[in-house]
Amino acid sequence: MLDVAVAYRRYQFLGEEFLTWLWFVIEKNQNIIKNFDKDFVALEVGNRVVFENRRKESAERVTIKGDGASLEEGILALKKGALVTEINLVYKSAELMWQFTLKGESLNISGLSIPNTGSAESDEDIEGLVLEKIFLYDKVLQLLEHLFAHFVKLRVADAWQDKEISLIKKWIQSS
Amino acid sequence: MSILSSSASITRYKVHGKINAPIIDNITNGLKSNTISEIDNQIPDKSSGWTSFEKPFQPDFDGSSFVYGNYFVFALRIDKKNITAKVLKKHYTIEAAKRMAESGREYLSTNEKKLVKEHVISGLSVRIPATPNIYDLVWNYEDSVVWFFSNLKAANEELETLFAKSFNLSLIRLFPYTAAELSSDLSDSQRDKLQKISPTQFVK
Repeated sequence: MLDVAVAYRRYQFLGEEFLTWLWFVIEKNQNIIKNFDKDFVALEVGNRVVFENRRKESAERVTIKGDGASLEEGILALKKGALVTEINLVYKSAELMWQFTLKGESLNISGLSIPNTGSAESDEDIEGLVLEKIFLYDKVLQLLEHLFAHFVKLRVADAWQDKEISLIKKWIQSS
Repeated sequence: MSILSSSASITRYKVHGKINAPIIDNITNGLKSNTISEIDNQIPDKSSGWTSFEKPFQPDFDGSSFVYGNYFVFALRIDKKNITAKVLKKHYTIEAAKRMAESGREYLSTNEKKLVKEHVISGLSVRIPATPNIYDLVWNYEDSVVWFFSNLKAANEELETLFAKSFNLSLIRLFPYTAAELSSDLSDSQRDKLQKISPTQFVK
């Protein structure tokens, strides 16, 4: 395995390609996600997406904010060669909903809100409450882990070059 | 940042290595020997260590109190005394004037100024209470996974150091490369390809 500090910088693009691919999957092929959650309802872009274009001499950053914000500007950024560096997502499974922001370079999760749980009325209740919260955190973290693993396997497969890139290019150009 | 908060930040880690049996006893020992020390009314301006999830101001790891089902749940606490520049300047000026009056001189040497500053900081550190920051941690021992409830660089670095010191295990932060290597179940040939990939151009 590579030195951790070197690997962090060297593979930053992998996380950003993952987020860009994830947006493509959200728009064009949510069926993939159903493979990882039998109760899957939807994965949607939330209230913030950040794009960065490092092809230019000085990196250009575009941030789109607000619920239901138009993503046309984001598509425009992709057309100019930017990648998604940060994305807020809304995940719905069965009757439940999660919302969080995922960062490409670190895969860190922030602003994660999980479905409401009951409150603990006694010390004995706390263990149950903690386990319920852990179950809900685990559900979304598992989904992300599966999606990332799926992406990485696709990314190192011939199908990435042969098929997936052209599908993503087509989506970017036709949006 | 807490597991019970309405909004959480999580950094994910893979744990490298295993604890010798008896596992819970050895983890208890690691937690106890690195429990946060109180620094109120004392000179140190910073302290960090483990604390209990449920009682972060009365750490107690007896009776497997950190075991929740299949998970170990506890917290990293970092206490820090913050002396503002303005408070420091005020007390430094008073103390420096006092020293000059005592010595009958109108100036202090560089070394004297440094000593006065250190004296003032020590005095203020004893009087100022430390501000505690608590970051929860969930350890899934079976899957060798840790969720740390903060994305702050300093808190994560403190965690990595303390975890290694306490349990003799290293934490590997899961970012794109390590997540691909350690959590994506790649074959040897897929790993070889991962070493060689370069950025994709989605536009010409």
